Amino acid sequence: MDLSALWVTVRLATTTVAVLLIVGTPLAWWLAHTRSPSRPVVEAMVALPIVLPPTVLGFYILITLGPYGPLGQLANMNLAFTFTGLVIASVFYSMPFVIQPLQGAFEAVGKAPLEAAWSLRASKLDAFLTVLSPMASRGYVSAIVLGFAHTVGEFGVVLMVGGSIPGQTRVLSTTIFEHVEVMEYGQAHTISAAMLVFSFLVLLAVYIVNRRFPIHVS
Amino acid sequence: MNRLIARFDLHYPGFRLNIDLDIPASGITVLFGSSGSGKTTLLRCLAGLERASSGFMQFGDDLWQDETKGLCRPLHTRPIGYVFQEPRLFPHYNVRSNLLYGYHRIRPEERRIAVEHVVEILGIGHLLERRIHHLSGGEQQRTAIGRALLTSPRLLLMDEPLASLDIQRKQELLPFIRRLHKELAIPVIYVSHAISEIFQLADRVVLLKDGLVAGVGTLNDILTSLEFRVNFGSPRAGAVLDAHVAGHDPQYGLTQLAFKEHTLFVPLQPVAVGQVVRVHILSSDVSLVLGKALAPSSVLNLLDATVTEIREIDQSSVDVLLDIGAPLVASITRKSLVNLGIKPGHRVCAQIKTVALNEELME
Repeated sequence: MDLSALWVTVRLATTTVAVLLIVGTPLAWWLAHTRSPSRPVVEAMVALPIVLPPTVLGFYILITLGPYGPLGQLANMNLAFTFTGLVIASVFYSMPFVIQPLQGAFEAVGKAPLEAAWSLRASKLDAFLTVLSPMASRGYVSAIVLGFAHTVGEFGVVLMVGGSIPGQTRVLSTTIFEHVEVMEYGQAHTISAAMLVFSFLVLLAVYIVNRRFPIHVS
Repeated sequence: MNRLIARFDLHYPGFRLNIDLDIPASGITVLFGSSGSGKTTLLRCLAGLERASSGFMQFGDDLWQDETKGLCRPLHTRPIGYVFQEPRLFPHYNVRSNLLYGYHRIRPEERRIAVEHVVEILGIGHLLERRIHHLSGGEQQRTAIGRALLTSPRLLLMDEPLASLDIQRKQELLPFIRRLHKELAIPVIYVSHAISEIFQLADRVVLLKDGLVAGVGTLNDILTSLEFRVNFGSPRAGAVLDAHVAGHDPQYGLTQLAFKEHTLFVPLQPVAVGQVVRVHILSSDVSLVLGKALAPSSVLNLLDATVTEIREIDQSSVDVLLDIGAPLVASITRKSLVNLGIKPGHRVCAQIKTVALNEELME
């Protein structure tokens, strides 16, 4: 098994989830509580990667990140076929899997406990950390697990944007593809089976957490 | 004396709150009105939870909001305790942690109210280690009140804190609210649409109607006002007087009350002489006799009064507003009014058939 691909995969998924939690928390909070008419537009954009062929997403991101794309120009370098480019692509690709559980959790908690916390002298950040986050913890667990697993499972986008360069952008899913292309079915089997078991365990964990530790919101 | 000055102009689709209020920052002020009159919205404006684009609020010497300067202090920087309609306890903490949440967030030198004291008056000592979802509704609301008190607020806002409770729990908590304000000397603004709560709690009433202040005054001023009569009907209309217990007459089973120069008899009360009790006199229980109270009558409670105003209520009845050193209202028929020839300025004798007492005593 290609350990460098495993390492790239884990690094990619961890970074992606971390970025998404930081970006996603305020966005999910906004979506949960805004009365703005632009809310459905933003919601639809966040959900796009669920229905869009990964190659479409990958194509546009590739163009954006390339040396003549807006992001490539901004960074003054070619971001395509780099780990950074891969992270940017993954953030978009896995966004709905992080935003949606967070948004659902924030909607379930509502504003009421936060107002109570503010009335008890907690600043906005304090109230977020000590009241909202714990009360939305189930949403965070789902967001982290699903975001991680979905990033591990992506193929089309990483192939388009990353190009599967060993040690840099080659992840497990693209490794399987390459093994199959050169008829190395044994290696392909090993990684595929590992990912199958991993994905099942992740989903099992999500469902158990949701079932066993419901948050009591009175 | 400290005053609370508030001016808000807030627009929502289908609703406008337009408030101009200047009241003493002391005692219990009840914001009273039917649902949709803007009581809760006004309370949220006072807390800074709703921000009126045109808003001003000053509490004593502290300016909390002045939109002409773009100033609106966020709630967590205002020394306010807020008790919401629902308890809003934090489910991931136990009772003790909920109580101490705000307590830990104020400076030690600002902690004027001791944890033990609050736990004792609220009777929640045996609940401290409990999880929130193992508490009854009344226990949750008491914890919520305690949690707000432990921030040693200088102003306590309460939004129908008893609305979600059954009658028995209400009766348990009402005296407590009266007492906590007496013992801790915190001015309270209390939102209610239950007349029974006003009777027991209010020192002062702000009457709200359709987002506007329809009247501000002492409880008795408001209860005897035309505005109250028109909007809240006759069944509970009347006057509320705070009278002293002057003596007891066990032989006849009566307690004698003194209000100004008047004497009132009520069934014997287990209340010490000198205590203050709040009595409620329904306008339908007051009838009028011309002249001074001289003729013998089976009615014990006869008060000399001056007619100040006559209000047309409907075709058959009128309200006669009387001055007995405080306002008192008599509902009589229009025919009686004509027969007796009663006019403003006349001296009459008010015969009071029933004097209702609030169980709740006041210091």
